[in-house]
Amino acid sequence: MRYVDEFRDAGLVKGVLDEIRHIVTRPWVLMEICGGQTHSIMQSGLDQLLPREIELVHGPGCPVCVTSLELIDKALAIASQPGVIFCSFGDMLRVPGSQQDLYSIRARGGQVKVVYSPLDAVRIAQENPDKQVVFFAIGFETTAPPNVTSVIQAKALGLKNYSVLVSHVCVPPAMHAILGSPQNRVQGFLAAGHVCAVMGYWEYLPIAGKYHVPITVTGFEPLDLAQGILMTVRQLEAGIYEVQNAYTRAVSQEGNRTAQAMIFKVLQPVDRNWRGIGLIPMSGWGLRPEYADFDAEKRFDVSAIQTRENEICIAGQILQGLKKPVQCPAFGTLCTPQTPLGAPMVSSEGACNAYFRFGNLELSKKNETR
Amino acid sequence: MTNSFPTFEGAYCPVPLRHNDQIVMGHGSGGRMTSELIQRVFTPFLSSPPLLEGNDFARVSLPFEAGMKGHLSISTDSHIVSPIFFRGGDIGRLSICGTVNDVCMAGAIPLYLTAGFILEEGLPVEFIEIVVQSMQAAAQEAGVQVIAGDTKVVEKGKADGLFINTAGVGWIPEDRIIGGEQARPGDVVLISGTMGDHGIAVLAARGDLGFETGIASDVAPLNHLIHAVLAAAPHTHVLRDPTRGGLATTLNEIAVQSNAGIWLEEKTIPIQPEVRAACEMLGFDPFYIANEGKVIVIVPPDEADAALKAMCSNRYGEMAARIGTVKADPAGRVLLKTSIGGTRIMDVLAGEMLPRIC
Repeated sequence: MRYVDEFRDAGLVKGVLDEIRHIVTRPWVLMEICGGQTHSIMQSGLDQLLPREIELVHGPGCPVCVTSLELIDKALAIASQPGVIFCSFGDMLRVPGSQQDLYSIRARGGQVKVVYSPLDAVRIAQENPDKQVVFFAIGFETTAPPNVTSVIQAKALGLKNYSVLVSHVCVPPAMHAILGSPQNRVQGFLAAGHVCAVMGYWEYLPIAGKYHVPITVTGFEPLDLAQGILMTVRQLEAGIYEVQNAYTRAVSQEGNRTAQAMIFKVLQPVDRNWRGIGLIPMSGWGLRPEYADFDAEKRFDVSAIQTRENEICIAGQILQGLKKPVQCPAFGTLCTPQTPLGAPMVSSEGACNAYFRFGNLELSKKNETR
Repeated sequence: MTNSFPTFEGAYCPVPLRHNDQIVMGHGSGGRMTSELIQRVFTPFLSSPPLLEGNDFARVSLPFEAGMKGHLSISTDSHIVSPIFFRGGDIGRLSICGTVNDVCMAGAIPLYLTAGFILEEGLPVEFIEIVVQSMQAAAQEAGVQVIAGDTKVVEKGKADGLFINTAGVGWIPEDRIIGGEQARPGDVVLISGTMGDHGIAVLAARGDLGFETGIASDVAPLNHLIHAVLAAAPHTHVLRDPTRGGLATTLNEIAVQSNAGIWLEEKTIPIQPEVRAACEMLGFDPFYIANEGKVIVIVPPDEADAALKAMCSNRYGEMAARIGTVKADPAGRVLLKTSIGGTRIMDVLAGEMLPRIC
C-alpha cells in the first residue's frame, strides 16, 4: 500500500538504525509522548532493534489513560440516566471508573453508543429529539477539531438535546510537568506528529530552550520513529537542544491555522486533573462561556461524585515515564486487558496494554514465572 | 314500525388479512399459518427426502463407504449477523458455510444439516425467501442436505430480524486424526487466503466505516478445498477456520492446545489492499478480524508444498500462502516476526474489537 509500505520498509529502517548505532556513544533516555507511537514501536518490534544505549520511556499521550477518574465517573452517572444516549469513542467503554465501566451501564439497559466521529453523535441527536444525546469529548489537541465541529454544528442546527462532556488535555503542559519533576529522567522527546499537525510546533520552542532538551516532531510508522530517534540522538550527542521536524510530510511550524481558530472559538484553557498524575494548571481545554449550553456537566447534576482509585495500580508513575509496566506488581497477573485495574491497560495506546500484547520474549517469560 | 331494518349485503364478516408480506405472530403458532409459510417459503428451496416425509425427526444413513467405521463430526452454530445482507453474502449463506466448515475441520466429509429459524415479527417474507434461496445454493455447492428444520416467531424488538441456528453432521474416515492439539514442532503453517475480508465487509454494510468499499465477504464452504488438501497432505495435523477473533486468536488457541510455539512472518500473511487500508484508517488489526471462508492448515514439512499447491488450485484458495512454522518454544504463544524484522507476541483479542481514538 502506497505511503505506508515505504515507511515500513525493512531495508530503510535498518539503514537509519545503523546510523543511530554508528553515532551513539553513551546511554540516552528518550520519551515518545504519544500512545500511538508506543503502540507502533511495540507492534513493529522497533524497541528490540535499537542499540542498547537508547532507552525509550512511554509518555502520557494516551487520552484514554489520562482522562480523570472524576470525569469517567461523571460519564458513567450521565450514561445511567434514563432518556440519555451516551456517545463515545470505543476505547472509553472498558475504562474502569470507581465502581464500573460503560459496558456495564450498557448491559443494564443504558444507551451507550460507539461512534467513529462526534458528527455521528450530532446526527443521533437530530434523529432522537426526545432524547438527550451526550458526547464524551476526550483527547489531546488531535481530537479537538472534530469535537468542536460537533458543537458548532449542533449550535447551527439549533439542537437543544446535544451536549459534550469535555475532558481535553494538551501536550505542552504535560511536558513541563515531566521536565520540572525532580525525578525526571527524560533527556529528549519525540513529539506527537498528529498533535503537531494541528498545533504546529512553535509551542515547543520555549520548552526546548528552558530545559535544554531536544525535541523532534515524529510520525507513527517504524521509519518515522527510527528517524525521530536518530535526529534526537544526533542532537544529544552534539549537545544541542532544538525543536526539529522529522514529520515534514504532515507538520509545519505554525500547524493548521483553520483548525486552531475553530478550537479557540469554542474552547479555552482550563486546569485539568490528569489521571495518575494529578492537577496540572492550565493543562487542558473546556467550553467557553458562549457555549455553556452545550456543557453536559452543567446540563446534568453530576457535581457530587466521589472517586476512588485502585491502590495497587502504578499508572501515574508509568505515565510520567518513571516506571515501566513490567515493574508493576499487578502487571500481567491481577491486571490484564481483560481485567484492567488502570487505564493504561485498556486502550491499545496505553503503555501497559502495548507491553502486554506485543511485549518481547523476555517479557513473556517473566510473566510465566510469576 | 319504521323502515330501519338493516339490509343484508351478503357475507359481511371481514375476511382475515392473509399477511403474505410480513411475519406476524401467527406464523409461529404451529398451525395453518406456520404450515403455509413453510410450504410457500421454505419447502421450494430446502427440501430433502427426510424433510418431505414430514416427521419431527430425520432418519438418515451414513455413506456407503463408511462401513460403520470412523467417527461422526458434529457441530452447531448460531448466526446473528447484522445486517442480514452484506456484500459477498447474507445470513443464509453464512449459516450453511459456518457449520459445514466447522464440521470439516475434523477432516470430515459433511453430510447433513439442520436449520432453526427465529423470525422477528414484522420481518418481510421476501427477505426470508432470499435468505433461504441463498442457503439452498450454498448447500448445493457444499453437497450437503438440510434434513430437519424449525421456525419460531418472536415479538417485534425481541430479535434483530432473523437469527438462524444450524447444526451439522459429517463423517470422519477411519484413522484421520486432525485437531488443534496435533500441531508439532517442525510443522508448517499455511493459510488459504486473505485475512479480514468478512469482518470489514460486514462493517461496511452496517455503514460504520463512513466510506464506501468494494470489499466482499469471503463466506464460502471449504469442504472441497479441505478434501483436496487431505488428498495431497494425508498427514495434516490441524485444520481450523479463523472466524471470530481472527487469525491471531485462532492460532493462540492452537498454540495452547498443542503446547507449542507458533512463529509467523508478518510479510507473508496475505491481506487485500482495501482491507489493509480500511484497517489503517480505523485502527483495526486485520489479524483480529473475522473470516468466514478461510482455513489454517498445519502440516508436516514434507507435505507442505503439496498442501499449498492443492489449496492454490481451489477457487477459494488462490491466495493461499505459507505463513509460519511450529516450534517447541515458547509453548502456548504466537510470535510474529514484523515487517521491519522485530519480533513480538501476537496475543488473543481481549474483548470487542474497538477502534482507536487517534
